[in-house]
Amino acid sequence: MSATTKYGILAEFETAADTLHAAALVRDAGYQRWDVYTPFPVHGMDEAMGLAKSKVGWFTFFGGLTGITLGYFMIWWMNAYDYPIVVGGKPLFSPIYGFPVAYECTILLGAFGSLGGMLFLNRLPRLHHPVFNSPRFSKVTHDRFFVVIEAADAKFSDAETRKLLEKAGSKHIEEVRD
Amino acid sequence: MATQQLIKSVPSIPHTPKELERQPLVLNGRGIGWLSDHIAGVAEGRTPKWWWTAFVPSFLIMLVCFSMVLYLMSTGVGVWGLMIPVAWAWDITNFVFWIGIGHAGTLISAILFLLRQRWRTSINRAAEAMTIFAVICAMVFPLIHIGRIWLGWWLLPLPNANSIWPQFRSPLLWDVFAVSTYFTVSLLFWYMGLIPDLAVMRDRAKSKIRQMLYGLGALGWTGSNRHWSNYEKAYLLLAGLSTPLVLSVHSIVSFDFAVSQVPGWHTTIFPPYFVAGAIFSGFGMVLTLMIPLRSICHLEEVITTRHVELMCKVILATGSMVGYAYGMEFFIAWYGGNPYELYAFKNRAFGPYWWAYWTMVTCNVVSPQLFWFKWCRTKMWFVFVVSIFVNIGMWFERFVIIATSLHRDYMPSNWAYFQPTWVDIWQFVGTFGLFMTLFLLFIRFLPVIAISEVKGVTPQADPHHPLGGAKTGGHH
Repeated sequence: MSATTKYGILAEFETAADTLHAAALVRDAGYQRWDVYTPFPVHGMDEAMGLAKSKVGWFTFFGGLTGITLGYFMIWWMNAYDYPIVVGGKPLFSPIYGFPVAYECTILLGAFGSLGGMLFLNRLPRLHHPVFNSPRFSKVTHDRFFVVIEAADAKFSDAETRKLLEKAGSKHIEEVRD
Repeated sequence: MATQQLIKSVPSIPHTPKELERQPLVLNGRGIGWLSDHIAGVAEGRTPKWWWTAFVPSFLIMLVCFSMVLYLMSTGVGVWGLMIPVAWAWDITNFVFWIGIGHAGTLISAILFLLRQRWRTSINRAAEAMTIFAVICAMVFPLIHIGRIWLGWWLLPLPNANSIWPQFRSPLLWDVFAVSTYFTVSLLFWYMGLIPDLAVMRDRAKSKIRQMLYGLGALGWTGSNRHWSNYEKAYLLLAGLSTPLVLSVHSIVSFDFAVSQVPGWHTTIFPPYFVAGAIFSGFGMVLTLMIPLRSICHLEEVITTRHVELMCKVILATGSMVGYAYGMEFFIAWYGGNPYELYAFKNRAFGPYWWAYWTMVTCNVVSPQLFWFKWCRTKMWFVFVVSIFVNIGMWFERFVIIATSLHRDYMPSNWAYFQPTWVDIWQFVGTFGLFMTLFLLFIRFLPVIAISEVKGVTPQADPHHPLGGAKTGGHH
């Protein structure tokens, strides 16, 4: 393939501690478009990367809110408005008897909101990612850790970025092309 | 930090005294690469002989399940032994039995997650799978019990030619929503946990087809920390949502009984008692499945004796709660001063179904008490035998609640003695075939243990632990 463009520089690490240390260095150097790839969530990595708190909670909240609203509306509309039937002299609509169903609807849509929100914020699913072009990258789900700094970053320079990652202690640094 | 207490023989950490040290969650200091190789390896390579030996009979029994459904549909519910007054009979017994089993999975994945019980990571994947398959088995029964199975969609709030809607004041409809929500949310939770592990399978795949199929399931997961950050938050929120869900589902199942006016059913103790019983039976089934699994697939280093022991303790706790509930039911039946209620309970223990009642008490109240002894909790064959007793006992509990409360109703001219027919029996046996078929397929094609989660609880994963690469021990 000839028309490939440079995506960035990938540095491999062997331990969680080295990766955490490297992430803090990259953060302090002021890079914006970069990421750390790990086989499991590393404790403290969000702080080391300087990430803001995840926004998934909003998706859960609005999912749940939609669920309880739609649930109660459905019960009221079906049992008290569209086809009212009196059963056992009980009121046509009451938030008490409606609660179990409206509650289940809240949980259901809240759960869809959480999963959907996570996928949306992560821009998943996607069929390909440039980092997969590196043959060593398949170890990311096994026992290796990677720091990738994108060429699109304003501070990116071949020599400087490579030097920073070497300083961080990476034994293997390579260029990723897309 | 908790991880630091999990591993022995690391001198650089100021240690807790030796007798307070816990057994590590992964034995022999196995590293994170070993975990991938070993756990994913179960679902790779040639299909082992034991798998076929288990799969073929399970599959045949599953076919029996489907044949019984077809026979019932083509002939009518009269092929079952149910009648008036025992109209719920075996079918609802089996439904509640399977739904109860389904409760351990979400308990392990959600409640133990919120309580930061890190040992859950070795067993949550298989327990969640068990939940989903148990709920599938459970859903078979009420659906065919309605008789005209082709009208089953009337349970859902869908417009139909009669322009009528479901009746939301009925606990039976609450149950439809509770069970279907439980199934859906359990499936979402399970799938979300699987995403990083499907990526493990994708990256290890030797053939193009496996790579593509696992790759599609993994949704392009890269292990990016920006993704992990959202992922962990979403996982926490799903756990937070599933916790009240799992408690509500069996509460709502118990409303099917408690909201009615049948003596023996109409009690306020039912929701907590049903939830405790569900967790009890669910852990029983988890142990029944896990003990053979860990030795056949050589997973003893990940599902350790400590894990089994902890599950035994959960069984002991919930078994004692169930025993308390049995006692309290009798007390309230007497203290409440309602002669019908008192009769229902006397009849339960000493009436025609006395044998079912005392089987239940032996299995559910007496057998878990053995787990006070460490020997009983650590001998695998022994735990396995007790777990079978728990399964039997919990089936009898539902049978006792349903059959003994119904078979002598208000008019003695109505009284009857329910006996199952061969169709009843094979229908129930058949669901075990369905359950085992699904579970065996799961073992063969998906990672049975949450690989990335177990990696996360090893000391090798802790950047502040010497094994995780920390240059100096202790805190940051």
